Amino acid sequence: MTTPQHSAVRARTSPAAGAPAIEFVGVNKNYLSHGETVPAVKRTDLAIAQGEFFSLLGPSGCGKTTTMRMIAGFEEPTAGKVYLDGEDVTGVSANKRDVNMVFQSYALFPHLNTHQNVAFGLERKKVAKSEINRRVGEILEIVSLTGMEKRSPKEMSGGQQQRVALARALVNRPRALLLDEPLGALDLKLRQQMQIELKRIQREVGITFVYVTHDQGEALTMSDRIAVMNAGVIEQLGSPRQIYERPASRFVAGFIGTSNIVEGHVDRVEGGLALLSYTTQDRVVVPAGSPVRQGDKLEVSIRPEKIDLHRGVPPVQSTGGSVLSGTVTEVVYHGTSTNYTVATAAGADFTVFDQNASNADDLADRGDRVYLTWAPQHSYLIGD
Amino acid sequence: MNRVKRQIAPYLLVLPGGIWLLIFFAVPMVAMLSLSLQEGDIVHGYQFTGHWQTYTEAISAYQTQIYRSLIYGAITTIVLIAMAFPIAFWIAFYGGRRKSTYLFLVLLPFFVSFVLRTISWRQILTDEGPLLSPLRDAGLIGQSFHILGTPFAVIGGLVYNFLPFMVLPIYVALERIDPRVVEAARDLYANPITTFRRVIFPLALPGVFAGVLMTFVPASSDFVNSEVLGSSDTTMIGQVIQAQFLDNSDYPTASALSFVLMLVLLIGVFTYARILGTEDVMKVAAR
Repeated sequence: MTTPQHSAVRARTSPAAGAPAIEFVGVNKNYLSHGETVPAVKRTDLAIAQGEFFSLLGPSGCGKTTTMRMIAGFEEPTAGKVYLDGEDVTGVSANKRDVNMVFQSYALFPHLNTHQNVAFGLERKKVAKSEINRRVGEILEIVSLTGMEKRSPKEMSGGQQQRVALARALVNRPRALLLDEPLGALDLKLRQQMQIELKRIQREVGITFVYVTHDQGEALTMSDRIAVMNAGVIEQLGSPRQIYERPASRFVAGFIGTSNIVEGHVDRVEGGLALLSYTTQDRVVVPAGSPVRQGDKLEVSIRPEKIDLHRGVPPVQSTGGSVLSGTVTEVVYHGTSTNYTVATAAGADFTVFDQNASNADDLADRGDRVYLTWAPQHSYLIGD
Repeated sequence: MNRVKRQIAPYLLVLPGGIWLLIFFAVPMVAMLSLSLQEGDIVHGYQFTGHWQTYTEAISAYQTQIYRSLIYGAITTIVLIAMAFPIAFWIAFYGGRRKSTYLFLVLLPFFVSFVLRTISWRQILTDEGPLLSPLRDAGLIGQSFHILGTPFAVIGGLVYNFLPFMVLPIYVALERIDPRVVEAARDLYANPITTFRRVIFPLALPGVFAGVLMTFVPASSDFVNSEVLGSSDTTMIGQVIQAQFLDNSDYPTASALSFVLMLVLLIGVFTYARILGTEDVMKVAAR
């Protein structure tokens, strides 16, 4: 369907090769609300590399949309500077910035048809008519909308409108494409389809994508790097794997996937492992990268799929790993796995995902006394 | 049984309005049409004779007033668009949380009777009034300068009286524009002027269209503004009809003129809608 010669859509090589596609230096953004200054984005430094698929992830009101709107030029930082390809664009209005946006509600021009919508930016740039027609045709092919040129937005489905919005932005070969929760309005099936589609298009055109979402699954599957934001601050910036496996804060651990978080005081430090004891047999072992001392209060996060659940049989003590006893309070069967909620001796409720690999006869029931064990490397010291 | 009920329900809903229209619109229309074809006088009564010559006589006698009314109506409408668009635009995009307050202010004069409002303009614009006498004392205008009695005063009165009917539909159209669509235009390299020309204005055209319909027709057939603010040189067809009915009791001529006016306005409005129907307006603007 898509032909290989997308030279026309590929991002031009940047004038300042080596400079990040987008850079924030000491950016602050405050809003004035009812006479009070409300910080939306607090002192942020950020560098997004050329051709990267970069996600801004966080709950609503975390400042991710404001951050994106500062890149687009719809908002100006209260303090700090914004650079595009190494060029200072702080104070440059949106129509003079070489980035394009895909809006959450698509924001297509309702009085224009598909072709006119997509051609809008090129017409403003005074591109020759024949060139416009060629490029619009080409981009519509990439987003699989060939033949829809004369349709008006209201004659198209949500998914099709989404593609028009994408084409309308991409056809200008921007230095970066900004996507504001672009799949939010689509149903699950279409959403998953569009996620794959977006990744493919990004690979084909090689443009930097900045993707704003509150959906952690979407961010994890699509991104090269993710910035997790909360209350106007980037809590963690890293690859999906780093963010999932090594959450930098309790917020990140809780926001990305499911985490069990347990608190405790250090009893003993032995060979880089800190030991937190609750009873004589209930203990959590965590690798301590930074020096911890006896009596320190620690927060440890454990992913539910890393935990083994033993029904009634006290596990062998010699593994050197963590052991917590508890009572099953909830069992939810999910087909491929069973999710347990266990009230543990450490005081925290634990979620455990148990793969239904063997015969499901040995399922624990509500009220059963169980033991949870996991290897030391699966405990992660938050903020380490 | 239930299905029958469900099927007739819409017709039942239309019934009150339908009966109203029948009694107060259709019946008088037929009565007036018949009246315009009758002959006689108020003392001896009127007889239906099918005397259609009343029409040609009325048209040739009052064509100046008919033309004048249409021209005044057209000028009023154009001035209204020019004045109402900025007002509606400002309220829709810069009104913030006070939008309803500003709309209320636009409507506020309407809490005073139409005639009273127009008469108060007469007080303001009169030669000895608060506007002209200081200007004349200051030597800025000559002794022979008048506003009252000129077409300027009449059109000014019409514009004043119909302003909300233009502001409101344009406001509604502008208010419905998704701010993201405006941002999208900016994002796609359109400067503020281009954004207005290519996106905001085309999307507001249905409102302008509705506003024109709501002002051109009543402005063209108005009989108060010229009566109060004008002179014999500004007589509009509405005044003529009123005078024929109430002063001269020449019912056939008055009815005939009413029908002529109605026909002219209908043709005008339909031509306008034909050329600039909402959909087509969009297409023209999109080019």
